[in-house]
Amino acid sequence: MAVPLLSVENLRLRYRTRQGPVEAVAGVDFEIRHKEALVILGESGCGKSSLAKALMRTLPRNAEPATGRVLLEGEDIMALDEERFRREVRWLRISLVMQASMNALNPVVRVGEQVAEPLRVLRGWSRERARQRAAEVFDLVGVSTDFLTRYPFELSGGMRQRVVLAMALITDPQLVILDEPTSALDVLTQASIMNVLKRIKREQGTSFILITHDVATSSELADRVALMYAGQIVESSSAAEFFREPAHPYAQMLMDSVPRLHQETRPTHIPGQPPSLLEPPSGCRFADRCPSRFNLCDRDPGAFRKGDRRRVRCWLHAGGSQLS
Amino acid sequence: MSASATPANRAAEQPLVDVRELRTWFELRQWGFLKLGSVKAVDGVSFSLYRGESVAFVGESGCGKSSLARTLLGLHRPTEGDVVFEGESMSRLGRRGMRDYRARVGYVQQDPFGALAPFMDVRRILAEPLKVQGVRGRAERERRIRDVLEEVRLSPADDYLRKFPHMLSGGQQQRVVIARALILEPSLLIADEPVSMLDASVRVEILDLLYRIQQKRELTLAFITHDLSTVRHFADRIFVMYAGRVVETATVTELLDHPQHPYTRALLAALADPDPDNALAMREVPGGEAPSLLNPPSGCRFHPRCPRHMPGVCDVDDPGNFEPRPDHLSACWLHR
Repeated sequence: MAVPLLSVENLRLRYRTRQGPVEAVAGVDFEIRHKEALVILGESGCGKSSLAKALMRTLPRNAEPATGRVLLEGEDIMALDEERFRREVRWLRISLVMQASMNALNPVVRVGEQVAEPLRVLRGWSRERARQRAAEVFDLVGVSTDFLTRYPFELSGGMRQRVVLAMALITDPQLVILDEPTSALDVLTQASIMNVLKRIKREQGTSFILITHDVATSSELADRVALMYAGQIVESSSAAEFFREPAHPYAQMLMDSVPRLHQETRPTHIPGQPPSLLEPPSGCRFADRCPSRFNLCDRDPGAFRKGDRRRVRCWLHAGGSQLS
Repeated sequence: MSASATPANRAAEQPLVDVRELRTWFELRQWGFLKLGSVKAVDGVSFSLYRGESVAFVGESGCGKSSLARTLLGLHRPTEGDVVFEGESMSRLGRRGMRDYRARVGYVQQDPFGALAPFMDVRRILAEPLKVQGVRGRAERERRIRDVLEEVRLSPADDYLRKFPHMLSGGQQQRVVIARALILEPSLLIADEPVSMLDASVRVEILDLLYRIQQKRELTLAFITHDLSTVRHFADRIFVMYAGRVVETATVTELLDHPQHPYTRALLAALADPDPDNALAMREVPGGEAPSLLNPPSGCRFHPRCPRHMPGVCDVDDPGNFEPRPDHLSACWLHR
């Protein structure tokens, strides 16, 4: 079988806090194939953004170095030193669009120059050559090239978000990580940005990790879905499996909590709260809120294999073969 | 949802709130004196709200929905038009009248953490409105605080009274905000995006709570949201707003199942229910962006983006409200 584009094995990330260490990412495994879009779905505090930061190695100072293996086309990029990672991987092979990046544009630099900057810095391209490429990616994300010489304040929120996306695409990376790329935008703008992403995925063959808490929007791009809860991936399935027949009780309850436009049944909420990551439970982390809890749940279920690529971290699915 | 909610069978009833041709404009000046024009945040809005109904104002950012809410709350003075509340005109209220008015209108803010003073514990947060409104007697205040905490399901109250906002989860903070809005027993509750800062699994819980309180207390709930998908189960009627105007009004099921105005249709077409097939198709999105409220387009304000724009009509004359289906108003020339 072909080598996956990105394969993450037992990734762990801890933050030092005054109350003690917090393991925000607690042993996460997943893989993305070429031209695939993986949605990492989860509620706030589940570790999904920490995961993105660990992959990009842009961690805050109170984070301990991440452990585990991250293989990019078979090469362990966790083992690279910081300088090689900067020169060879970050932004050239994996780039990132963060939640509020559209507000992080430099207000006194023309957007065209900001978008071209990765090529000037990382590839040493001339101003003119980088500008031409910037015009190409502006076309790609659907912003008129007249806007190259504008300043961020002259652009609407949706336009700025496209500009930030252009910046992430300018180096033609293999993988783009999108961390809540549309959650600050209006419904119509959100839909048009999702259209742009779909088109780029189809035309350029770029792979995406889309990190979001929004179940409905996530289905706009997903080939696969990994659902996170309290630092762990509790279910990893194809989009068809996940949205039609979620397997993990948390996934099922989350789907039932989504209000739908065209459905008469009332959405229901999930009682309780996620556990504190300061002292996570030793067994299944969802057990306290789970209606199907039984005696085995006091022990950590590990991920059970269901079908070729489906994994479910729940004792109810222990029929499958266990991985870890 | 009560069947009595349709405007037709309520025509005889006196509305709780009657809003007529309301305009809230904000003057834009440079250097403090040079007038640049006015941002017409609310520009000619009329509607009536009845006792015991739950209505949703839906629109995108900048459509004027929050300015409308703040005008109803008496935080902005209307530039033109009037709000008549329980038969009393707001423009005629003096200082004292305004204070009484505010006791009858509760407000649930969007960001619960920002809406709660970080240096006050829950007891003090809830005691504050009672003190302002002159509820004397510590015991009386304490009783009302405990009752309202039970009502928003923060029980036992003793677990929460001495907590500060940062010690509570987002959902619990929002319950405190709701408790504060309810403690003076208002007849109108205005909730501005009450769940947009909360996690998906908590959203439904808070909306459920608001709706249940609204039903039990028979108060009028006006909730403001950008998210059409949340309204089906939590509102009786919807007002869709665009560029400072209400463009479509109907009961929830009628509006969601038979949207008339091209803008509402565009909004609905852009929204996804979770489905793996969504990834396979592009969504239809009208081009362009919401207009500047400084110089809104002539005629229908949606005409520059409208897929069914009729030149010579839509860009010239402002459409009034038409009734393409019974009790269903649409401000669009298509429905003339």
